[in-house]
Amino acid sequence: MPEKLTSRNLLNQLQTRHYTNAYAAKMKGQLVGWATSIFPQEFCETMGLTVVYPENHAAAVAAKRGALPLLEQAESEGYSVDLCSYARINLAYMKSQAAEIPIPLPDFILCCNNICNTLIKWYENIAAELNIPMILIDVPYNHGYEPTPAAIDYIKSEFGECIRQLEKITGQQFNQERFQEVMILSNENSRAWKRALDLNQAVPAPLNGFELFNYMSQMVCARGRQETGELLKLLIEELEEKIRLGKSCYEDGEKCRVMWDGIACWPHIKHNFKAFEKNGINIVCSSYPEAWVLLYEPGNLDELAKVYSMIGNNTCMEYQADKREREVKNFKLDGILFHVNRSCKVMDFMQYEQQRLVAARTDVSIMNFDGDQADPRNFAAAQFETRLEALMEIVAHNKSAKKSKEVTNNDPA
Amino acid sequence: MTQLKDLLSVLENVANNPAQVINKCLEEKRLMIGCAPEYCPEEIVYAAGMLPVGLWGGSTSIKNANLYFPAFACSLVQTTLELGMRGVYDRLAGIIVPAHCDHLKCFGQDWKVAVPQVRFIPLAHPINRKLEAAVEYLKSEYFRIKSVLEEIGGKPISDQALSEAIEIYNDHRKTLREFTTIARDYCTTITPSLRHNVIKSGYFMDKLEHTQLVNSLIRELKKAPPEEWQGKKVILTGIMAEPNEILDMFEDYGLAVAADDLAQESRQFRTDVPQGKDPLEGLARYWSCMEGCSLLYDPQKNRRFMLKTMAEESRADGVVACIMKFCEMEEFDYPIYKKTLEEAKIPLLYLELDLVTPSLEQVRTRIQSFAEMISRKR
Ligand code: SF4
Ligand code: SF4
Repeated sequence: MPEKLTSRNLLNQLQTRHYTNAYAAKMKGQLVGWATSIFPQEFCETMGLTVVYPENHAAAVAAKRGALPLLEQAESEGYSVDLCSYARINLAYMKSQAAEIPIPLPDFILCCNNICNTLIKWYENIAAELNIPMILIDVPYNHGYEPTPAAIDYIKSEFGECIRQLEKITGQQFNQERFQEVMILSNENSRAWKRALDLNQAVPAPLNGFELFNYMSQMVCARGRQETGELLKLLIEELEEKIRLGKSCYEDGEKCRVMWDGIACWPHIKHNFKAFEKNGINIVCSSYPEAWVLLYEPGNLDELAKVYSMIGNNTCMEYQADKREREVKNFKLDGILFHVNRSCKVMDFMQYEQQRLVAARTDVSIMNFDGDQADPRNFAAAQFETRLEALMEIVAHNKSAKKSKEVTNNDPA
Repeated sequence: MTQLKDLLSVLENVANNPAQVINKCLEEKRLMIGCAPEYCPEEIVYAAGMLPVGLWGGSTSIKNANLYFPAFACSLVQTTLELGMRGVYDRLAGIIVPAHCDHLKCFGQDWKVAVPQVRFIPLAHPINRKLEAAVEYLKSEYFRIKSVLEEIGGKPISDQALSEAIEIYNDHRKTLREFTTIARDYCTTITPSLRHNVIKSGYFMDKLEHTQLVNSLIRELKKAPPEEWQGKKVILTGIMAEPNEILDMFEDYGLAVAADDLAQESRQFRTDVPQGKDPLEGLARYWSCMEGCSLLYDPQKNRRFMLKTMAEESRADGVVACIMKFCEMEEFDYPIYKKTLEEAKIPLLYLELDLVTPSLEQVRTRIQSFAEMISRKR
């Protein structure tokens, strides 16, 4: 009897297919694009274009411990070690194509700065070095709670420009009907993704949160595709089943529910996972995978503009704190582990104040550690382990304090 | 000659002691608005009758700002926040903070919490700046800033006042362009550090007054014939060439400044604001017309060609990349123009600058070796 297909297996198949298909397309002489991870894929999906995602690729390279030679190559070309390691890996890969997982070089690039402005500089360099067209969708930083009407108009006008440029690059017309279909499908997938993430609100959580980072790849690379819907359906079924059986992903149950704030440390992910397991910490959610929940009314371009503009990194202090506060409550968190990621300035430079705000609004315990999403040199295992132990101590202390408070409150005297 | 010396010392004094000028402003009861790096619509502030004051950090150690920034934020944002938290800017009626880079986006949000006594006036430029929609959008941002300033000042800002401010600023730009061209011929008198201070003083003065002083300086300079320069000349490129000590090092090793491509200097004044019926639109359009800065979207990286042309036209012997440590905007551009300059055989020096923990001795050694290397060249 053939083994039952698990969502994990299907994910692996889809991801492998994603990369091989891209290569095959290039071989056949088709155009291939590179895009930033939260570019409005609706436009290129509508055009049926093959697109790969350098951030996703760099993460995969780093997780397979292939980052260092590329990082060193970038540095030898004059790139500062202080720059985002995804960018350094990709810019080096662009020249040498030396990686275990190959991706084809792009014929055009798509950039949306809703996660950072670093991307713009990085993509400018690709465009200049390869002499290829770059499409930029700039979403102005939301210093207020939401984008202004003028910002929405500007972004919509960029959508129009993006379509014009894509038509020029491909020589094909943009099909509005297909666009509508893609928007509908993308929303269905986003809803399913949100459902999968939210299932981890259950106690005990059915899924080890690190797994979310893996499933997230599919949301990055194929948010507007049917097969992603199938994968998520399978994942949801599995999670629901686990919840029904009251299964935790840790054998001895979950002692502590923690949110991982920031990107994973790909080169050390196995170590991190073991350290969590040792401490009985379950990462039940992360601020990161949620970024690919992009819900809007299909066909409503104002909403499309707004949802792509309001990615966490592109929002103001209050918005980010409100979001974290909700997560603490919904996921019944005991702690938040903040990754002070050497690569990602935009995630780090409001983080200290975020920690204070969230601590003041909730009773969650907070700890941070120094790391990097893809540069293995910027992480110290010993510090990480000590910080986890410290987090556990604070959580335990807070829990017992809370209990004794409850007892006192219940005391009829 | 004494007149020339006097003028230079006045400007230098302002650049080094902005507090004096600012006190004068307070006496005159003129409101002041801080303008954070790198591009603020100073004309709107000026039209409101207020004094725009350029805030470009300063050499200082960090005692407070580390509550907000880890050590790897650029020293411009670190030191500006530090000074703000120490109360140095308490006399300002507000601060305009653009969101050009990831550091500045966060800096503004942190400022709001860390320095609540100085009103935060945010600004987010459009990056796709060649689109007509970008002009419209930026106009809306400027309109909001104008309303905030009207509220602070308690009176409306008329279109006429805006147009006049633009004219005064364009005049100032023209004068500084002239100064930087003339300064090239008087490298003995106008040392790198003096050149910098002449420009920098403009951040703390009424532009009308600064224009007059610099014009007088130009007139005085021209009275003497161009000076023979035995040393070498370089172009400075980057955000800014501070801490101040480094410019003295250039002088020590016989290097003069042929031209600059610094955000704190020439990038502010090499383009004029287009004049037209709608002054706010002109200001917004200005952003679309500017070129050659790491903060301006440039997928062809034309900056590399501009630099090459600039080096050739000003007959510079080399280019010095003044890279503010942790500034991604500049760090990404560097490998690209490095290649272009290498191909053109134009010597290039990479200087990593830091206002917080400057490793001045290392910088000195690098400047010295570079100076020796280019002197041997021709
Ligand atoms: S890791 Fe941070 S800096 Fe790098 S691309 Fe992602 S959001 Fe930008
Ligand atoms: S120096 Fe660079 S990193 Fe710092 S504020 Fe300016 S552009 Fe941003």
